Amino acid sequence: MEPHLTRNIRPNREAFSLEAYERGEGYQGLRRALSMSPKEVQELVSQSTLRGRGGAGFPTGQKWSFVPMGGKARGPKYYIVNADEMEPGTMKDRLLLEGDPHQVVEGAIIGAYAIEAEVIYIYLRWAYRLAAVRLETAIAEAYRRGYLGRGVMGSSYNVELYLHESSGRYICGEEDGLMDALEGRRPIPRPKPPFPQTCGLWGNPTVVNNTETVSNLPGILRNGAEWFKGLSLSSDGGSKIYGVSGRVKRPGTWELPLGTTAREVIFEHAGGMVDGAHLRAFLPGGGSTDFLTEDHLEVKLDYESVAAAGSRLGTGTIVVLDDSVCPVGVLISLERFFLRESCGWCTPCREGLPWIVALLEELEQGEGNEESLELLEFHCRTIKPGLTFCPLAPGAMEPLASALKYFRQDMLRHVREKRCPWR
Amino acid sequence: MLSEDERRQIEAQFNRYPQKRAVVPEALKTVQRSRGWVSDEAVGDIAELLSLTAAEVDAVATFYNLIYRKPVGRHVILLCDSVSCWIMGYENLYEHLRSKLGIGMGETTADNRFTLLPAPCLGACDQAPVMMVDEDLYGRLDAAKIDDILGRYP
Repeated sequence: MEPHLTRNIRPNREAFSLEAYERGEGYQGLRRALSMSPKEVQELVSQSTLRGRGGAGFPTGQKWSFVPMGGKARGPKYYIVNADEMEPGTMKDRLLLEGDPHQVVEGAIIGAYAIEAEVIYIYLRWAYRLAAVRLETAIAEAYRRGYLGRGVMGSSYNVELYLHESSGRYICGEEDGLMDALEGRRPIPRPKPPFPQTCGLWGNPTVVNNTETVSNLPGILRNGAEWFKGLSLSSDGGSKIYGVSGRVKRPGTWELPLGTTAREVIFEHAGGMVDGAHLRAFLPGGGSTDFLTEDHLEVKLDYESVAAAGSRLGTGTIVVLDDSVCPVGVLISLERFFLRESCGWCTPCREGLPWIVALLEELEQGEGNEESLELLEFHCRTIKPGLTFCPLAPGAMEPLASALKYFRQDMLRHVREKRCPWR
Repeated sequence: MLSEDERRQIEAQFNRYPQKRAVVPEALKTVQRSRGWVSDEAVGDIAELLSLTAAEVDAVATFYNLIYRKPVGRHVILLCDSVSCWIMGYENLYEHLRSKLGIGMGETTADNRFTLLPAPCLGACDQAPVMMVDEDLYGRLDAAKIDDILGRYP
Protein backbone atom coordinates (compact mmCIF):
# COMPACT_ATOMS: atom_id res chain seq x y z
CA MET A 1 0.00 0.00 0.00
CA GLU A 2 0.96 3.65 -0.40
CA PRO A 3 1.96 4.84 3.03
CA HIS A 4 -0.37 7.40 4.55
CA LEU A 5 0.52 7.81 8.22
CA THR A 6 4.21 7.30 7.54
CA ARG A 7 4.48 9.01 4.16
CA ASN A 8 6.69 11.75 5.59
CA ILE A 9 8.81 9.45 7.71
CA ARG A 10 12.29 8.99 6.33
CA PRO A 11 14.46 5.94 6.95
CA ASN A 12 16.63 7.86 9.43
CA ARG A 13 13.43 9.34 10.96
CA GLU A 14 14.70 12.89 10.52
CA ALA A 15 11.62 15.11 10.82
CA PHE A 16 10.41 17.48 8.11
CA SER A 17 10.62 21.20 8.65
CA LEU A 18 7.34 23.11 8.50
CA GLU A 19 8.10 24.14 4.90
CA ALA A 20 8.71 20.56 3.78
CA TYR A 21 5.61 19.38 5.63
CA GLU A 22 3.52 22.08 3.96
CA ARG A 23 4.81 21.10 0.49
CA GLY A 24 3.32 17.63 1.05
CA GLU A 25 -0.19 19.01 1.68
CA GLY A 26 0.69 19.74 5.31
CA TYR A 27 -2.01 21.61 7.25
CA GLN A 28 -4.43 21.18 4.32
CA GLY A 29 -6.44 18.78 6.48
CA LEU A 30 -6.74 21.51 9.08
CA ARG A 31 -7.75 24.01 6.37
CA ARG A 32 -10.48 21.60 5.26
CA ALA A 33 -11.65 21.12 8.87
CA LEU A 34 -11.92 24.87 9.43
CA SER A 35 -14.17 25.14 6.36
CA MET A 36 -16.58 22.73 8.05
CA SER A 37 -18.52 23.03 11.31
CA PRO A 38 -17.10 21.10 14.29
CA LYS A 39 -20.10 18.74 14.17
CA GLU A 40 -19.42 18.06 10.48
CA VAL A 41 -15.83 17.15 11.33
CA GLN A 42 -17.14 14.74 13.99
CA GLU A 43 -19.50 13.17 11.46
CA LEU A 44 -16.77 12.79 8.84
CA VAL A 45 -14.52 11.02 11.35
CA SER A 46 -17.43 8.79 12.43
CA GLN A 47 -18.05 7.88 8.76
CA SER A 48 -14.36 7.04 8.33
CA THR A 49 -14.80 4.27 10.98
CA LEU A 50 -11.53 5.31 12.67
CA ARG A 51 -11.16 3.46 15.97
CA GLY A 52 -8.79 4.42 18.78
CA ARG A 53 -5.25 3.14 18.25
CA GLY A 54 -4.19 3.28 21.91
CA GLY A 55 -5.46 -0.17 22.80
CA ALA A 56 -9.15 0.00 23.64
CA GLY A 57 -10.33 0.60 20.06
CA PHE A 58 -13.28 2.86 20.82
CA PRO A 59 -14.72 4.59 17.71
CA THR A 60 -13.15 8.06 17.64
CA GLY A 61 -16.11 9.99 16.16
CA GLN A 62 -18.43 8.43 18.70
CA LYS A 63 -16.07 9.32 21.54
CA TRP A 64 -16.20 12.96 20.41
CA SER A 65 -19.98 12.92 19.99
CA PHE A 66 -20.55 12.81 23.77
CA VAL A 67 -18.92 16.22 24.26
CA PRO A 68 -21.47 18.98 24.97
CA MET A 69 -21.30 21.51 22.14
CA GLY A 70 -22.31 25.11 21.53
CA GLY A 71 -22.44 28.24 23.65
CA LYS A 72 -24.02 26.60 26.68
CA ALA A 73 -21.30 23.96 27.06
CA ARG A 74 -19.00 24.36 30.04
CA GLY A 75 -15.57 25.66 29.05
CA PRO A 76 -12.77 25.81 28.41
CA LYS A 77 -12.85 22.34 26.89
CA TYR A 78 -9.65 20.35 26.62
CA TYR A 79 -8.19 18.07 23.97
CA ILE A 80 -5.38 15.78 25.07
CA VAL A 81 -2.98 13.81 22.90
CA ASN A 82 -1.92 10.71 24.79
CA ALA A 83 1.76 10.29 23.90
CA ASP A 84 2.58 8.40 27.10
CA GLU A 85 3.43 5.23 25.21
CA MET A 86 4.53 2.62 27.75
CA GLU A 87 2.65 -0.57 26.92
CA PRO A 88 5.30 -3.33 27.03
CA GLY A 89 6.37 -4.20 23.51
CA THR A 90 5.00 -1.01 21.94
CA MET A 91 7.09 1.43 19.87
CA LYS A 92 4.64 2.81 17.30
CA ASP A 93 3.87 6.26 18.72
CA ARG A 94 7.60 6.94 19.09
CA LEU A 95 7.86 6.53 15.30
CA LEU A 96 5.08 9.07 14.64
CA LEU A 97 6.27 11.55 17.27
CA GLU A 98 9.90 11.52 16.16
CA GLY A 99 9.32 11.07 12.45
CA ASP A 100 6.41 13.40 11.73
CA PRO A 101 5.73 15.78 14.64
CA HIS A 102 3.80 18.26 12.46
CA GLN A 103 1.30 15.53 11.60
CA VAL A 104 0.68 15.07 15.35
CA VAL A 105 0.29 18.83 15.85
CA GLU A 106 -2.04 19.21 12.84
CA GLY A 107 -4.13 16.22 13.97
CA ALA A 108 -4.35 17.65 17.47
CA ILE A 109 -5.68 20.98 16.20
CA ILE A 110 -8.26 19.16 14.05
CA GLY A 111 -9.39 17.03 17.01
CA ALA A 112 -9.57 20.08 19.26
CA TYR A 113 -11.59 22.00 16.66
CA ALA A 114 -14.03 19.08 16.34
CA ILE A 115 -14.95 19.38 20.02
CA GLU A 116 -14.50 23.17 20.22
CA ALA A 117 -11.59 22.82 22.66
CA GLU A 118 -9.61 25.91 23.54
CA VAL A 119 -6.60 24.15 25.01
CA ILE A 120 -4.56 21.16 23.83
CA TYR A 121 -2.05 19.25 25.93
CA ILE A 122 0.31 16.73 24.41
CA TYR A 123 1.11 14.36 27.29
CA LEU A 124 4.53 12.93 26.45
CA ARG A 125 6.55 10.42 28.41
CA TRP A 126 9.88 11.72 29.62
CA ALA A 127 11.91 8.93 28.05
CA TYR A 128 11.03 10.19 24.54
CA ARG A 129 13.71 12.88 24.53
CA LEU A 130 14.06 13.20 20.75
CA ALA A 131 10.28 13.41 20.34
CA ALA A 132 10.18 16.22 22.93
CA VAL A 133 12.75 18.28 21.04
CA ARG A 134 11.01 17.75 17.70
CA LEU A 135 7.55 18.50 19.09
CA GLU A 136 8.80 21.72 20.69
CA THR A 137 10.18 22.79 17.31
CA ALA A 138 6.98 21.85 15.46
CA ILE A 139 4.78 23.63 18.01
CA ALA A 140 6.86 26.82 17.81
CA GLU A 141 6.74 26.71 13.99
CA ALA A 142 2.98 26.15 14.03
CA TYR A 143 2.48 29.14 16.32
CA ARG A 144 4.63 31.35 14.08
CA ARG A 145 2.66 30.36 10.99
CA GLY A 146 -0.71 30.98 12.64
CA TYR A 147 -1.85 27.35 12.93
CA LEU A 148 -2.01 27.81 16.70
CA GLY A 149 -3.03 30.73 18.88
CA ARG A 150 -5.69 33.30 18.15
CA GLY A 151 -7.54 33.10 14.84
CA VAL A 152 -6.19 29.81 13.50
CA MET A 153 -5.50 30.22 9.74
CA GLY A 154 -7.53 33.41 9.65
CA SER A 155 -10.63 31.78 11.17
CA SER A 156 -12.36 32.78 14.38
CA TYR A 157 -11.05 29.63 16.12
CA ASN A 158 -8.59 30.14 19.00
CA VAL A 159 -6.53 27.34 20.49
CA GLU A 160 -3.41 27.01 22.63
CA LEU A 161 -1.16 23.94 22.65
CA TYR A 162 1.19 22.94 25.47
CA LEU A 163 3.62 20.05 25.70
CA HIS A 164 3.60 18.31 29.10
CA GLU A 165 6.47 15.94 29.80
CA SER A 166 5.62 13.24 32.31
CA SER A 167 8.06 11.78 34.80
CA GLY A 168 7.01 8.18 34.21
CA ARG A 169 4.34 5.69 35.36
CA TYR A 170 2.20 3.57 33.06
CA ILE A 171 -1.02 4.53 34.86
CA CYS A 172 -0.62 8.09 33.52
CA GLY A 173 -1.46 6.66 30.09
CA GLU A 174 -4.88 5.65 31.41
CA GLU A 175 -7.08 8.66 30.69
CA ASP A 176 -8.19 9.34 34.27
CA GLY A 177 -4.68 8.91 35.59
CA LEU A 178 -3.46 11.20 32.83
CA MET A 179 -5.91 13.93 33.82
CA ASP A 180 -4.93 13.66 37.49
CA ALA A 181 -1.29 13.93 36.45
CA LEU A 182 -2.00 17.07 34.41
CA GLU A 183 -3.84 18.58 37.35
CA GLY A 184 -0.78 18.01 39.53
CA ARG A 185 -2.35 15.31 41.68
CA ARG A 186 -1.17 11.82 42.52
CA PRO A 187 -2.65 9.91 39.56
CA ILE A 188 -5.37 7.42 40.33
CA PRO A 189 -8.25 6.31 38.14
CA ARG A 190 -11.61 7.99 38.68
CA PRO A 191 -14.90 6.15 39.00
CA LYS A 192 -17.07 6.40 35.87
CA PRO A 193 -19.51 7.98 35.18
CA PRO A 194 -19.02 10.85 34.76
CA PHE A 195 -16.95 10.33 31.62
CA PRO A 196 -14.22 12.78 30.61
CA GLN A 197 -16.28 14.03 27.66
CA THR A 198 -18.62 15.74 30.11
CA CYS A 199 -16.48 16.05 33.25
CA GLY A 200 -12.77 15.66 32.60
CA LEU A 201 -9.78 17.89 33.17
CA TRP A 202 -10.57 20.38 35.96
CA GLY A 203 -14.18 19.20 35.68
CA ASN A 204 -14.55 20.41 32.11
CA PRO A 205 -15.38 18.46 28.92
CA THR A 206 -12.25 16.66 27.74
CA VAL A 207 -11.25 14.18 25.06
CA VAL A 208 -8.12 12.04 25.26
CA ASN A 209 -6.92 10.49 21.97
CA ASN A 210 -3.87 8.35 21.30
CA THR A 211 -1.01 9.69 19.15
CA GLU A 212 -1.65 7.27 16.27
CA THR A 213 -5.38 8.09 16.31
CA VAL A 214 -4.56 11.80 16.16
CA SER A 215 -2.02 11.28 13.37
CA ASN A 216 -4.78 9.76 11.20
CA LEU A 217 -6.92 12.91 11.31
CA PRO A 218 -5.13 15.12 8.73
CA GLY A 219 -5.37 12.37 6.08
CA ILE A 220 -9.05 11.72 6.78
CA LEU A 221 -9.82 15.42 6.44
CA ARG A 222 -7.83 15.77 3.20
CA ASN A 223 -9.01 12.62 1.48
CA GLY A 224 -12.38 11.75 2.99
CA ALA A 225 -14.04 8.85 4.75
CA GLU A 226 -14.32 6.52 1.75
CA TRP A 227 -10.63 6.82 0.98
CA PHE A 228 -9.81 5.99 4.62
CA LYS A 229 -12.05 2.93 4.62
CA GLY A 230 -10.38 1.81 1.39
CA LEU A 231 -6.99 1.64 3.17
CA SER A 232 -8.22 -1.25 5.29
CA LEU A 233 -8.79 -4.94 4.68
CA SER A 234 -11.35 -5.04 7.50
CA SER A 235 -14.69 -3.47 8.38
CA ASP A 236 -12.85 -0.77 10.38
CA GLY A 237 -11.08 1.87 8.33
CA GLY A 238 -7.48 2.86 7.91
CA SER A 239 -3.97 1.58 7.92
CA LYS A 240 -2.21 0.49 11.09
CA ILE A 241 1.30 0.75 12.38
CA TYR A 242 2.26 -2.79 13.22
CA GLY A 243 5.45 -3.72 14.96
CA VAL A 244 7.36 -6.86 15.80
CA SER A 245 9.94 -7.43 18.51
CA GLY A 246 11.52 -10.59 19.83
CA ARG A 247 13.82 -13.09 18.11
CA VAL A 248 12.89 -12.19 14.51
CA LYS A 249 15.28 -11.32 11.68
CA ARG A 250 14.13 -7.71 11.18
CA PRO A 251 12.37 -6.31 14.23
CA GLY A 252 10.68 -3.00 13.41
CA THR A 253 7.51 -1.10 12.57
CA TRP A 254 5.52 -0.96 9.31
CA GLU A 255 2.40 0.81 8.15
CA LEU A 256 0.11 -1.80 6.58
CA PRO A 257 -3.59 -2.16 5.83
CA LEU A 258 -5.64 -2.78 8.97
CA GLY A 259 -6.44 -6.49 8.84
CA THR A 260 -3.04 -7.72 7.60
CA THR A 261 -2.46 -11.26 8.91
CA ALA A 262 -0.10 -12.00 11.77
CA ARG A 263 1.79 -14.33 9.44
CA GLU A 264 2.45 -11.58 6.92
CA VAL A 265 3.59 -9.13 9.59
CA ILE A 266 5.89 -11.59 11.37
CA PHE A 267 7.18 -13.67 8.47
CA GLU A 268 7.29 -11.18 5.58
CA HIS A 269 7.87 -7.76 7.11
CA ALA A 270 9.86 -8.88 10.14
CA GLY A 271 11.60 -11.56 8.07
CA GLY A 272 10.55 -14.52 10.22
CA MET A 273 12.44 -16.05 13.11
CA VAL A 274 16.22 -15.85 13.43
CA ASP A 275 17.99 -19.10 12.61
CA GLY A 276 17.45 -21.70 15.28
CA ALA A 277 14.52 -19.94 16.96
CA HIS A 278 11.02 -21.31 16.67
CA LEU A 279 7.87 -19.23 17.20
CA ARG A 280 5.79 -20.58 20.08
CA ALA A 281 3.37 -17.75 20.72
CA PHE A 282 2.92 -14.03 20.33
CA LEU A 283 1.27 -11.13 22.10
CA PRO A 284 -0.62 -9.41 19.28
CA GLY A 285 -0.78 -5.91 20.74
CA GLY A 286 1.35 -5.31 23.80
CA GLY A 287 1.74 -6.75 27.29
CA SER A 288 -1.93 -6.59 28.25
CA THR A 289 -3.23 -8.76 25.42
CA ASP A 290 -3.79 -12.54 25.46
CA PHE A 291 -1.13 -14.76 23.93
CA LEU A 292 -1.96 -16.30 20.57
CA THR A 293 -0.09 -19.31 19.15
CA GLU A 294 1.26 -20.69 15.89
CA ASP A 295 -2.29 -21.82 15.13
CA HIS A 296 -3.37 -18.18 14.97
CA LEU A 297 -0.88 -16.93 12.40
CA GLU A 298 -3.60 -16.61 9.76
CA VAL A 299 -5.65 -14.31 12.03
CA LYS A 300 -6.20 -10.88 10.50
CA LEU A 301 -4.88 -8.20 12.84
CA ASP A 302 -8.00 -6.07 13.08
CA TYR A 303 -10.24 -5.38 16.06
CA GLU A 304 -12.93 -8.00 15.34
CA SER A 305 -10.70 -10.81 14.06
CA VAL A 306 -8.23 -10.69 16.95
CA ALA A 307 -11.13 -10.56 19.43
CA ALA A 308 -12.69 -13.61 17.74
CA ALA A 309 -9.37 -15.44 18.20
CA GLY A 310 -9.54 -14.74 21.94
CA SER A 311 -7.25 -11.74 22.29
CA ARG A 312 -7.20 -8.02 21.47
CA LEU A 313 -5.59 -5.94 18.74
CA GLY A 314 -4.35 -3.66 21.54
CA THR A 315 -1.57 -1.45 20.22
CA GLY A 316 -0.90 -3.71 17.22
CA THR A 317 2.74 -4.19 18.12
CA ILE A 318 3.55 -7.88 18.32
CA VAL A 319 5.93 -9.49 20.80
CA VAL A 320 7.12 -12.89 19.60
CA LEU A 321 7.89 -15.57 22.17
CA ASP A 322 10.25 -18.25 20.89
CA ASP A 323 11.13 -21.66 22.30
CA SER A 324 14.45 -20.53 23.78
CA VAL A 325 12.64 -18.52 26.47
CA CYS A 326 10.77 -19.85 29.50
CA PRO A 327 7.12 -18.77 29.32
CA VAL A 328 6.99 -18.55 33.12
CA GLY A 329 9.93 -16.12 33.06
CA VAL A 330 8.15 -14.00 30.46
CA LEU A 331 5.04 -13.97 32.66
CA ILE A 332 7.14 -12.86 35.62
CA SER A 333 8.45 -9.93 33.57
CA LEU A 334 4.93 -8.99 32.47
CA GLU A 335 3.29 -9.29 35.90
CA ARG A 336 6.17 -7.50 37.67
CA PHE A 337 5.63 -4.65 35.24
CA PHE A 338 1.94 -4.40 36.10
CA LEU A 339 2.68 -4.73 39.82
CA ARG A 340 5.29 -1.97 39.74
CA GLU A 341 3.11 0.31 37.64
CA SER A 342 -0.09 -0.22 39.66
CA CYS A 343 -1.21 2.89 41.49
CA GLY A 344 -2.40 0.74 44.41
CA TRP A 345 -5.79 2.40 44.58
CA CYS A 346 -8.09 -0.62 44.37
CA THR A 347 -7.79 -3.96 46.09
CA PRO A 348 -7.70 -6.49 43.24
CA CYS A 349 -4.64 -4.79 41.78
CA ARG A 350 -2.87 -3.84 45.02
CA GLU A 351 -3.33 -7.23 46.68
CA GLY A 352 -3.73 -9.52 43.66
CA LEU A 353 -0.68 -8.59 41.61
CA PRO A 354 1.92 -9.16 44.39
CA TRP A 355 0.34 -12.56 45.07
CA ILE A 356 0.48 -13.45 41.38
CA VAL A 357 4.13 -12.42 41.09
CA ALA A 358 5.00 -14.47 44.22
CA LEU A 359 3.20 -17.54 42.82
CA LEU A 360 5.00 -17.23 39.48
CA GLU A 361 8.39 -16.77 41.15
CA GLU A 362 7.81 -19.88 43.27
CA LEU A 363 6.84 -21.80 40.16
CA GLU A 364 9.92 -20.60 38.30
CA GLN A 365 12.18 -21.59 41.20
CA GLY A 366 10.68 -25.08 41.29
CA GLU A 367 8.78 -24.49 44.52
CA GLY A 368 5.30 -24.43 43.03
CA ASN A 369 2.66 -27.13 42.98
CA GLU A 370 -0.61 -27.78 41.21
CA GLU A 371 -2.38 -25.57 43.70
CA SER A 372 -0.24 -22.63 42.44
CA LEU A 373 -1.92 -23.01 39.06
CA GLU A 374 -5.35 -23.13 40.67
CA LEU A 375 -4.56 -19.94 42.59
CA LEU A 376 -3.43 -18.22 39.41
CA GLU A 377 -6.70 -19.25 37.77
CA PHE A 378 -8.59 -17.91 40.78
CA HIS A 379 -7.03 -14.49 40.14
CA CYS A 380 -7.95 -14.62 36.46
CA ARG A 381 -11.57 -15.22 37.47
CA THR A 382 -11.71 -12.54 40.17
CA ILE A 383 -9.67 -9.68 38.71
CA LYS A 384 -11.84 -8.58 35.84
CA PRO A 385 -13.51 -5.52 34.34
CA GLY A 386 -16.23 -4.18 36.60
CA LEU A 387 -14.39 -5.09 39.79
CA THR A 388 -11.59 -2.55 39.35
CA PHE A 389 -11.56 1.20 38.70
CA CYS A 390 -9.39 0.94 35.59
CA PRO A 391 -8.23 -1.62 33.04
CA LEU A 392 -4.69 -2.10 34.45
CA ALA A 393 -5.28 -5.24 36.52
CA PRO A 394 -7.78 -6.85 34.10
CA GLY A 395 -5.18 -6.17 31.38
CA ALA A 396 -2.56 -7.93 33.49
CA MET A 397 -4.80 -11.02 33.58
CA GLU A 398 -4.96 -11.35 29.79
CA PRO A 399 -1.45 -12.74 29.22
CA LEU A 400 -1.74 -14.80 32.42
CA ALA A 401 -5.09 -16.43 31.57
CA SER A 402 -3.94 -17.26 28.04
CA ALA A 403 -0.62 -18.61 29.34
CA LEU A 404 -2.50 -20.93 31.70
CA LYS A 405 -4.30 -22.23 28.62
CA TYR A 406 -1.37 -22.53 26.21
CA PHE A 407 1.61 -23.13 28.51
CA ARG A 408 0.03 -25.34 31.16
CA GLN A 409 2.34 -28.25 30.32
CA ASP A 410 5.38 -25.98 30.68
CA MET A 411 4.13 -24.83 34.06
CA LEU A 412 3.50 -28.41 35.20
CA ARG A 413 7.02 -29.34 34.10
CA HIS A 414 8.34 -26.74 36.57
CA VAL A 415 6.25 -28.45 39.27
CA ARG A 416 7.32 -31.99 38.34
CA GLU A 417 11.02 -31.28 37.82
CA LYS A 418 11.16 -28.82 40.75
CA ARG A 419 13.22 -26.41 38.64
CA CYS A 420 13.01 -24.27 35.54
CA PRO A 421 13.70 -26.52 32.54
CA TRP A 422 15.13 -23.54 30.64
CA ARG A 423 17.88 -22.81 33.18
CA MET B 1 15.34 27.53 49.64
CA LEU B 2 14.55 27.55 45.95
CA SER B 3 17.13 29.44 43.95
CA GLU B 4 16.11 32.50 41.98
CA ASP B 5 16.57 30.51 38.80
CA GLU B 6 14.45 27.57 40.00
CA ARG B 7 11.67 29.85 41.13
CA ARG B 8 11.68 31.68 37.80
CA GLN B 9 11.50 28.42 35.84
CA ILE B 10 8.61 27.15 37.94
CA GLU B 11 6.67 30.39 37.74
CA ALA B 12 7.14 30.45 33.96
CA GLN B 13 4.87 27.36 33.88
CA PHE B 14 1.91 29.02 35.59
CA ASN B 15 0.27 30.33 32.42
CA ARG B 16 0.08 26.83 30.91
CA TYR B 17 -2.53 25.63 33.40
CA PRO B 18 -5.60 27.13 35.10
CA GLN B 19 -4.35 26.15 38.57
CA LYS B 20 -0.95 26.54 40.20
CA ARG B 21 -1.14 23.01 41.55
CA ALA B 22 -0.71 21.64 38.04
CA VAL B 23 2.93 22.73 37.95
CA VAL B 24 3.92 20.34 40.78
CA PRO B 25 5.43 17.76 38.38
CA GLU B 26 7.27 20.48 36.49
CA ALA B 27 8.48 22.08 39.74
CA LEU B 28 9.87 18.74 40.91
CA LYS B 29 11.65 18.26 37.59
CA THR B 30 13.05 21.78 37.76
CA VAL B 31 14.59 21.15 41.17
CA GLN B 32 15.88 17.77 40.08
CA ARG B 33 17.51 19.26 36.98
CA SER B 34 19.51 21.70 39.07
CA ARG B 35 20.27 19.49 42.10
CA GLY B 36 20.08 15.93 40.81
CA TRP B 37 17.36 14.90 43.25
CA VAL B 38 14.50 16.27 45.36
CA SER B 39 15.10 16.63 49.11
CA ASP B 40 12.47 16.93 51.87
CA GLU B 41 13.42 20.58 52.13
CA ALA B 42 12.79 21.14 48.41
CA VAL B 43 9.40 19.43 48.69
CA GLY B 44 8.51 21.90 51.43
CA ASP B 45 9.76 24.87 49.42
CA ILE B 46 7.74 23.84 46.35
CA ALA B 47 4.66 23.39 48.55
CA GLU B 48 5.10 26.88 49.94
CA LEU B 49 5.49 28.44 46.51
CA LEU B 50 2.34 26.70 45.24
CA SER B 51 0.26 27.16 48.43
CA LEU B 52 0.01 23.39 49.00
CA THR B 53 0.98 21.17 51.90
CA ALA B 54 4.26 19.27 51.78
CA ALA B 55 2.22 16.05 51.89
CA GLU B 56 0.35 17.03 48.73
CA VAL B 57 3.61 17.68 46.89
CA ASP B 58 5.24 14.52 48.25
CA ALA B 59 2.25 12.41 47.15
CA VAL B 60 3.10 13.46 43.61
CA ALA B 61 6.89 13.29 44.04
CA THR B 62 6.84 9.72 45.35
CA PHE B 63 4.55 8.57 42.57
CA TYR B 64 6.79 9.19 39.57
CA ASN B 65 9.59 6.71 38.99
CA LEU B 66 11.81 9.41 37.48
CA ILE B 67 11.56 11.85 40.38
CA TYR B 68 14.36 10.89 42.74
CA ARG B 69 13.65 11.43 46.43
CA LYS B 70 17.12 10.15 47.33
CA PRO B 71 20.46 11.32 45.93
CA VAL B 72 21.57 9.52 42.77
CA GLY B 73 24.97 9.15 41.15
CA ARG B 74 26.36 11.45 38.46
CA HIS B 75 24.76 9.23 35.81
CA VAL B 76 21.54 7.23 35.99
CA ILE B 77 21.25 3.96 34.09
CA LEU B 78 17.66 2.97 33.26
CA LEU B 79 17.70 -0.68 32.23
CA CYS B 80 14.51 -1.86 30.53
CA ASP B 81 13.14 -5.07 32.06
CA SER B 82 9.87 -5.30 30.11
CA VAL B 83 8.79 -8.19 27.96
CA SER B 84 10.70 -7.66 24.68
CA CYS B 85 13.95 -6.86 26.47
CA TRP B 86 13.38 -9.80 28.82
CA ILE B 87 13.06 -12.12 25.82
CA MET B 88 16.17 -10.63 24.22
CA GLY B 89 18.41 -11.20 27.23
CA TYR B 90 17.65 -8.68 29.98
CA GLU B 91 18.68 -11.09 32.74
CA ASN B 92 22.20 -11.54 31.37
CA LEU B 93 22.64 -7.79 30.97
CA TYR B 94 21.50 -7.19 34.51
CA GLU B 95 23.96 -9.80 35.78
CA HIS B 96 26.72 -8.14 33.77
CA LEU B 97 25.94 -4.68 35.13
CA ARG B 98 25.64 -6.03 38.65
CA SER B 99 29.04 -7.68 38.58
CA LYS B 100 30.71 -4.84 36.68
CA LEU B 101 29.39 -2.04 38.90
CA GLY B 102 28.99 -4.04 42.11
CA ILE B 103 25.48 -2.69 42.69
CA GLY B 104 21.92 -3.95 42.35
CA MET B 105 18.77 -2.16 41.28
CA GLY B 106 18.18 1.08 43.16
CA GLU B 107 21.80 1.34 44.29
CA THR B 108 24.62 3.79 43.59
CA THR B 109 28.28 2.93 43.09
CA ALA B 110 30.64 3.89 45.93
CA ASP B 111 32.37 6.45 43.69
CA ASN B 112 28.97 8.06 43.08
CA ARG B 113 29.37 7.57 39.34
CA PHE B 114 26.32 5.43 38.49
CA THR B 115 22.88 4.70 39.88
CA LEU B 116 21.14 1.65 38.40
CA LEU B 117 17.35 1.64 38.09
CA PRO B 118 14.83 -0.63 36.40
CA ALA B 119 12.79 1.00 33.62
CA PRO B 120 9.46 0.01 32.14
CA CYS B 121 9.31 -0.52 28.38
CA LEU B 122 11.29 2.29 26.74
CA GLY B 123 9.39 2.03 23.45
CA ALA B 124 12.38 0.89 21.42
CA CYS B 125 11.50 -2.81 21.38
CA ASP B 126 12.80 -3.28 17.84
CA GLN B 127 16.26 -2.53 19.28
CA ALA B 128 15.86 -4.74 22.37
CA PRO B 129 17.54 -5.11 24.74
CA VAL B 130 17.81 -1.39 25.53
CA MET B 131 18.80 1.02 28.28
CA MET B 132 19.06 4.75 28.79
CA VAL B 133 22.05 6.45 30.37
CA ASP B 134 20.95 9.93 31.47
CA GLU B 135 19.07 11.19 28.37
CA ASP B 136 20.66 8.86 25.82
CA LEU B 137 19.05 5.69 24.48
CA TYR B 138 21.15 2.63 23.59
CA GLY B 139 19.86 -0.49 21.86
CA ARG B 140 20.94 -3.96 20.68
CA LEU B 141 22.99 -4.26 23.84
CA ASP B 142 25.41 -6.95 24.82
CA ALA B 143 28.01 -7.06 27.57
CA ALA B 144 30.82 -5.64 25.40
CA LYS B 145 28.64 -2.82 24.12
CA ILE B 146 27.61 -1.91 27.68
CA ASP B 147 31.28 -1.71 28.72
CA ASP B 148 31.99 0.59 25.80
CA ILE B 149 28.97 2.83 26.52
CA LEU B 150 29.65 3.20 30.24
CA GLY B 151 33.19 4.34 29.43
CA ARG B 152 31.70 7.49 27.92
CA TYR B 153 30.20 8.59 31.25
CA PRO B 154 33.02 9.65 33.61
